[in-house]
Amino acid sequence: MKIEITEQKRPVLSEEAKAEIQRVIKQYPEGRQKSAILRVMHIVEEEAGGWLSPDTMDMIAEILSIEPIEVYEVATFYTMFNLQPVGKYVFEVCRTGPCMLVGSDNIITYLENKLNIKVGETTTDGMFTLKTAECLGACGYGPMLQCGEEYHEYLTPEKVDELIEACRRGEIKGNKVV
Amino acid sequence: MGRKLLLEHADVPGIETFDVYRKHGGYRSVEKALKTMSPEEVVEEVKTATLKGRGGAGFPAGMKWSFIAKPEGVPRYLLCNADESEPGTFKDRYLMQYIPHLLIEGMIVSSYALGANQAYIYIRGEYMFVLRIVEKAIAEAYEKGFLGKNILGSGFDLDLSIAPGGGAYICGEETALIESLEGKRGNPRMKPPFPAVQGLWQCPTVVNNVETLATVVPIINMTAAEYTKIGTEQSKGTKLISAGGNVERGGVYEIELGLSVEEFIYGDEWCRGIKNGKKMKALVPGGSSVPILPAHLITKTANGDTRLMSYESLSDGGFASGSMLGSGGFIVFDEDQCIVRNTWNFARFYAHESCGQCSPCREGTGWMEKVLHRIETGKGNMRDIDLLADINKKIEGNTICPLGDAAAWPVAAAIRHFREEFEWHVTHPEEAVKRNYGMLKGVTA
Repeated sequence: MKIEITEQKRPVLSEEAKAEIQRVIKQYPEGRQKSAILRVMHIVEEEAGGWLSPDTMDMIAEILSIEPIEVYEVATFYTMFNLQPVGKYVFEVCRTGPCMLVGSDNIITYLENKLNIKVGETTTDGMFTLKTAECLGACGYGPMLQCGEEYHEYLTPEKVDELIEACRRGEIKGNKVV
Repeated sequence: MGRKLLLEHADVPGIETFDVYRKHGGYRSVEKALKTMSPEEVVEEVKTATLKGRGGAGFPAGMKWSFIAKPEGVPRYLLCNADESEPGTFKDRYLMQYIPHLLIEGMIVSSYALGANQAYIYIRGEYMFVLRIVEKAIAEAYEKGFLGKNILGSGFDLDLSIAPGGGAYICGEETALIESLEGKRGNPRMKPPFPAVQGLWQCPTVVNNVETLATVVPIINMTAAEYTKIGTEQSKGTKLISAGGNVERGGVYEIELGLSVEEFIYGDEWCRGIKNGKKMKALVPGGSSVPILPAHLITKTANGDTRLMSYESLSDGGFASGSMLGSGGFIVFDEDQCIVRNTWNFARFYAHESCGQCSPCREGTGWMEKVLHRIETGKGNMRDIDLLADINKKIEGNTICPLGDAAAWPVAAAIRHFREEFEWHVTHPEEAVKRNYGMLKGVTA
C-alpha cells in the first residue's frame, strides 16, 4: 500500500469526539487502551474528512500512547480506512457473489458512466468517490451500496440517480469538509 | 408455520427498546439463571440442548464453554463474534438491528455461566449503524440494572461493550478477532493454546457467534428438554437462515431445523421460488465457503432422500454429493448464472481477504483468482482446470486458520459438479466472455 505524504494538517477534534474517545478507551482495562484503536480511528477519520493522513495517524498514536507504527500497521490491514483523500460522498458498491447474481456489475458500470470516473477514483469536483467492497451483509437485498453509515439496497439505475441527486441537494450525510 | 424462538417478537414495534422487549418476556432467562441456577447448571443445560455454534463451524457451544480454564485470580472473557462477513450471511445483522436486547440477554446468562465479568461484542465496522442500536440497548440494560454491579442482587457483576472492526473478513476467525480486539492486525494465532486457555490479553476466553448467544435465552427459558423436542435427531432447535441471490423473496427467516430445502426455497412463507419464473441451477447453502450443490442434489440427496435444512442432511454424501449448513447463508443461482464467473468472484473474495500470514493461502488464493479469471475471460486452457485442483490440495489443511480451506472448497466443488462448464469456457473462448452464461444441462429442480 502506498501512502503519500501530503500537507494535510491534523484535524481539530470536536469536544464531542474527544469525549467519545475517552468513553471508548474506558471500556478496556487499565493499560489496554490500544484495544480502542479501531473505534478511535473511525471517530478521527470522520473528524478528518473521511481519510487518515500519516499526520492524523500520528495523532491517534499520541491519543492512545502507542507508537505511530502500531497505527500504520492497523490502518494498512483494515480496508475501511481511507489513506488517500476521498470525495464528500463515498459510494462502496458490494461486488461479491450474491450481489453479483442480482446485477451489481451493472450498477458499478452505471455509476462509472454516470459519474465519469472509474472504480477507485474521485470526481473532479470532489463530490463523489466510487469504490467496490466485498460482501457487506445485505445479500437478500441486493444490489446495494454503502454511503457513510447508510446502506442503500435494491438498487436500480433510477435509485442510483435519486441517491446522487439527494447527495447534491445535501440530504445525505457526507464527509466533513475540513 | 414453524416455531420461532428468536424472532418471535421481531416485528413488534419498539421491540428494540428495553420496555417493549421486557413486556414481551425479555430478560426472564437472566432472572431464572441468576436466581435459581448455578453457573454449572447453565453450562449443563446448554450442553444438554446440544446447541451447535451458529457462526458456521457448528462446534457444540456447551462443550466449548466447558473447556474454559479457571485459574485463580485471572479474569475470564466472553466475546461475541458479530463480525458477520461470510458472503451470503446477514442473519446476525438482522437479529442485532431488530432485537438487540436478545443478544444482550443471552450474553448476560452466558457470562454468568462462564464466570466472566467482562464481555465484548466485536461487530464488523461496516455495521456501524447496527453498533449504535446495540450500544443504545446496552445503555438501557445498565440503566435497568441488568448490567453493571450486582445484577438483580445476585452478586454477579458484568460489564459489556461493543467494538467495531475495520473491514476484514478474517476477524471472524476467533483468534484473529481476539488480535483485532487487542488493537492489532487480524492475523490468526497458532492453536494451541486455544482461546479457552489463552485468549484476550492471554486470559481464558470464549468466543461465540451472535445467534449462538441469543439461542441460550430460549434454552434457559424453556429448558433443554423442551428445546430438544424441536428439530431433527442431530440438529436441535431453530436456525436463522439468510436467503439471497436469485430468490423471489430474499431475507432472514427463522426455521425449525428439519424443514425441507424444497419447502424453504419454494414455500410461500419463505423464499417463494426463483425470481422471474426461472429454474434453479445451483445452491450454496451455508455461506460462500461451503460446497456448491447442483440442481439435482438440492432437494434430494444422492440416495434420493428428501434434503432437509439440518446439519446432517445438508452434509449427507460428504463433499462428493453434499455440502454444509455452515452459517445458514443460502445463495440461490438461477439457470442463467455462470458458475465459472461466480467461482472466480468467490476466489477474488478470498484472495482479497487472506491475511497474508501463511504462504499457501496468501499465494494460493491469488493464483486461484488469476487462473479462474483467465478461464472466465476465455484465455484458459484445459490444464488450468487441473491446476486449480492442484493449488486447492496445496492450500487445504496447510494454513494456520480455516480461511485456506474456505477458499479451496468452493473451487473444488464447482469443478466437481460443473466441470463441463469450465471446459466449455476453454473450448468456446469468444462466447465465454459473454455475461450470464447459463448451461441448462442438469437443471431438474
